[in-house]
Amino acid sequence: MSLKLKNAKRIEGLDKNVWIEFTKLAADPSVVNLGQGLPDISPPNYVKEELSKVAAIDSLNQYTRGFGHPSLVKALSCLYEKFYQNRIDPDKEILVTVGAYGSLFNAIQGLIDEGDEVIVIVPFYDCYEPMVRMAGATPVFIPLRSKPVDGKKWSSSDWTLDPQELASKFNSKTKAIILNTPHNPLGKVFTSSELQVIADLCIKYDALCISDEVYEWLVYTGNKHLKIATFPGMWERTVTIGSAGKTFSVTGWKLGWSIGPKHLIKHLQTVQQNSVYTCATPLQEALAQAFWIDIKRMDDPECYFNSLPKELEVKRDRMVRLLESVGLTPIVPDGGYFIIADVSLLDADLSDMKDSSEPYDYKFVKWMTKNKKLSAIPVSAFCNAETKSQFEKFVRFCFIKKDSTLDAAEAIIKAWKRQAS
Amino acid sequence: MGRSWAKSGPDRCGGGRQEPALLSAFWSSGLGRLWLESNCLPGSPGCCTTATLIFCLLCLQLAMAKRLPARRLDGIDHNPWVEFGKLASEADAVNLGQGFPDFPPPDFAVEAFQHAVSGDFMLNQYTKAFGYPPLTKILASFFGKFLGQEIDPLKNVLVTVGAYGALFTAFQALVDEGDEVIIIEPFFDCYEPMTLMAGGRPVFVSLKPCPTQDGELDSSSNWQLDPTELASKFTSRTKALILNTPNNPLGKVFSRAELELVASLCQQHDVVCITDEVYQWLVYDGYQHISIASLPGMWERTLTIGSAGKTFSVTGWKVGWVLGPDSLLKHLRTVHQNSVYHCPTQGQAAVAQSLEREQMLFGQPSSYFAQLPQAIQHNRDHMIRSLQSVGLRPVIPQGSYFLITDISDFKSKMPDLPGAADEPYDRRFVKWMIKNKGLVAIPVSVFYSVPHQKLFDHYIRFCFMKDESTLQAMDQKLQMWKDELRP
Repeated sequence: MSLKLKNAKRIEGLDKNVWIEFTKLAADPSVVNLGQGLPDISPPNYVKEELSKVAAIDSLNQYTRGFGHPSLVKALSCLYEKFYQNRIDPDKEILVTVGAYGSLFNAIQGLIDEGDEVIVIVPFYDCYEPMVRMAGATPVFIPLRSKPVDGKKWSSSDWTLDPQELASKFNSKTKAIILNTPHNPLGKVFTSSELQVIADLCIKYDALCISDEVYEWLVYTGNKHLKIATFPGMWERTVTIGSAGKTFSVTGWKLGWSIGPKHLIKHLQTVQQNSVYTCATPLQEALAQAFWIDIKRMDDPECYFNSLPKELEVKRDRMVRLLESVGLTPIVPDGGYFIIADVSLLDADLSDMKDSSEPYDYKFVKWMTKNKKLSAIPVSAFCNAETKSQFEKFVRFCFIKKDSTLDAAEAIIKAWKRQAS
Repeated sequence: MGRSWAKSGPDRCGGGRQEPALLSAFWSSGLGRLWLESNCLPGSPGCCTTATLIFCLLCLQLAMAKRLPARRLDGIDHNPWVEFGKLASEADAVNLGQGFPDFPPPDFAVEAFQHAVSGDFMLNQYTKAFGYPPLTKILASFFGKFLGQEIDPLKNVLVTVGAYGALFTAFQALVDEGDEVIIIEPFFDCYEPMTLMAGGRPVFVSLKPCPTQDGELDSSSNWQLDPTELASKFTSRTKALILNTPNNPLGKVFSRAELELVASLCQQHDVVCITDEVYQWLVYDGYQHISIASLPGMWERTLTIGSAGKTFSVTGWKVGWVLGPDSLLKHLRTVHQNSVYHCPTQGQAAVAQSLEREQMLFGQPSSYFAQLPQAIQHNRDHMIRSLQSVGLRPVIPQGSYFLITDISDFKSKMPDLPGAADEPYDRRFVKWMIKNKGLVAIPVSVFYSVPHQKLFDHYIRFCFMKDESTLQAMDQKLQMWKDELRP
């Protein structure tokens, strides 16, 4: 094989991907798939209708504005101005990207240089590490740590960052910290004081904050989603990322956005004009129309931003009970659509799972998929090499699933329980 | 002491006029305290001077300005389309500039999209990362025939966000710091910044027109590479050569002999060929599009890029693809899974259905791939006749959506058009033409490397992928122009 036809250095070591392996495993139709984070429920009817309407409009089949379809950036500006103290310029302070994934890529490629350090909170949505490495930068990891729970229900809010430990990760090379709230996979919703600690450090070290807020609407009773960009001194150093896929349960539309000050967004726009140039027109128009419908009824329980979290909270509570009933210790998420559970107490017999070099949770998920026909995702997939052992007894379940899927999961779990007793 | 200073600061100095965020950073960073200590003793009245405050804020701005953009963006932030797009939208002009159809896509494509968005609701969710399975399957079977190759939908096909996304993915996957990339001029403008963003060094080689007979129109087939010159561009650092056939903006369709020349050099120097074939179906006058990947020894070193947007006149769907050997595609998959990961599902489903239809009808008169080039050839011929009436000299394109016209006569008659000092003539001419003649075109120097722009500043590019009514509007503008030319 020719030496010259090899890959560029920037992708060296970044070829592995947890999803490729686990979605293949779960693809067996007899498996109840609570692994990958995609809804098997239908998006709301009005969202589907808007896309149908748009499909009939000829002009929407051609290129639109590269940085975002005009009606969409206008809708986003109008929606998000409600949450920020400043106006948001739809042309200069918003960029529409190929999913929130694309926004993360544009932000990292646009703002992170070789030799920079980027702080990543563990567990992390798995793409943060390879994206930071692809930009030639060094990820600096800090784990969330649980306080002792003492008999009460284990909640995602029990997991926190130690402020001193966090401060020790910042130095003059720190270009940015990646924040994810609500958090995947834990479901943690960062509180005001927790965000303040992060903000103070960003300001002190003149670091940027890339805030992945894709689950911003999925917050459960007793919790509030807060935007770190609204904290004093933070607007000018924060890029806030959102997702149509998670907002409207249309992950296959692959539309996301970055919002921030023009002096940051312009660099994301430069990446855009040299990578994909523009996103699909009909989807952007349909999304704009769907937003206008919900923007007009933000206080209405019918607004999807209100109705979806209500619907999901019920599913969350059902999952918590189910997991507890079979001896799995769940961590009740305050937001998002995942729940993680400690599976070690089950003490499952994984001896027939070969490859003892894999972390416990990888083996457990493969065993559970094969033997119980139930799939999930190992949480150590969301950890860097050094922290895998801290999280290898946890497994992540997705609960944005229709009732019949959860019924099937319940049947499996009940049968499992009967077998065990 | 620090805290109380910080609290008192903004109030003392009435700094509320300044951006609040900057001020809060001013205080929390400690600069505020320094400023206060140097200027104000506690209790002394009116110590604040605007000058010192501004000075400190400037220092703060400099201090805050840790270099923001990553170095990979150096020199690539400018984009010519933004400027010309703006000019075109401001003027009441006939837009023959940007390359997209202003007529509807074929009915079967529209129906396919409607079917994709109103059928199975699970098409609203993620599909397979590397391509929606029915799409990769049809791409593999359809193009396998053209490339004379067994194509595996999982190993040899990657679906991307338009051909633009395919190009980006290819450059990022294979081009390293210091690698050389041979770019044939005139080139679709993104090839250069994409090479630079990957840390590569673009090496340009120009297609040059051979002299034509007096009175005869030039043709894109007449523009050729000098074999010796091309060979001289290959060095031990050459990683890739990017080929575009049919070519934008020229419309050249590379012949088998020309492709064999490129192929032999790529093999001799062990170079990857990235071939942008988005206009493969827009070929006129009986010319044949040939994919270099089908030549002996080329499949294993070629990435063939295609576009649904240009194939089905649906540029807004942003669905493209790359075909190639697994040994190269696996690297593109790595970039893809770390950049966009998935492409939108429904657009892919619609493209799959459209391609299935074309596969069934291939070779028949009702096939879109047969009908489209026939219809567009008429447009091309219409435009060629019309443009000549005002003294523009079109170069007959063998393919693509575009033709370029020689504006040398205008350059000699009106050399001093308004514009910046060093601005190439064709840009000044286009701006003049938009403003005064109501026609939008694109200056061809945009498709040349900076050192060569002055050599090729006497051509402008027109797009004829337009509705009959647009071409008629063009005729009206040209008629007015012609009337103004009469003495």
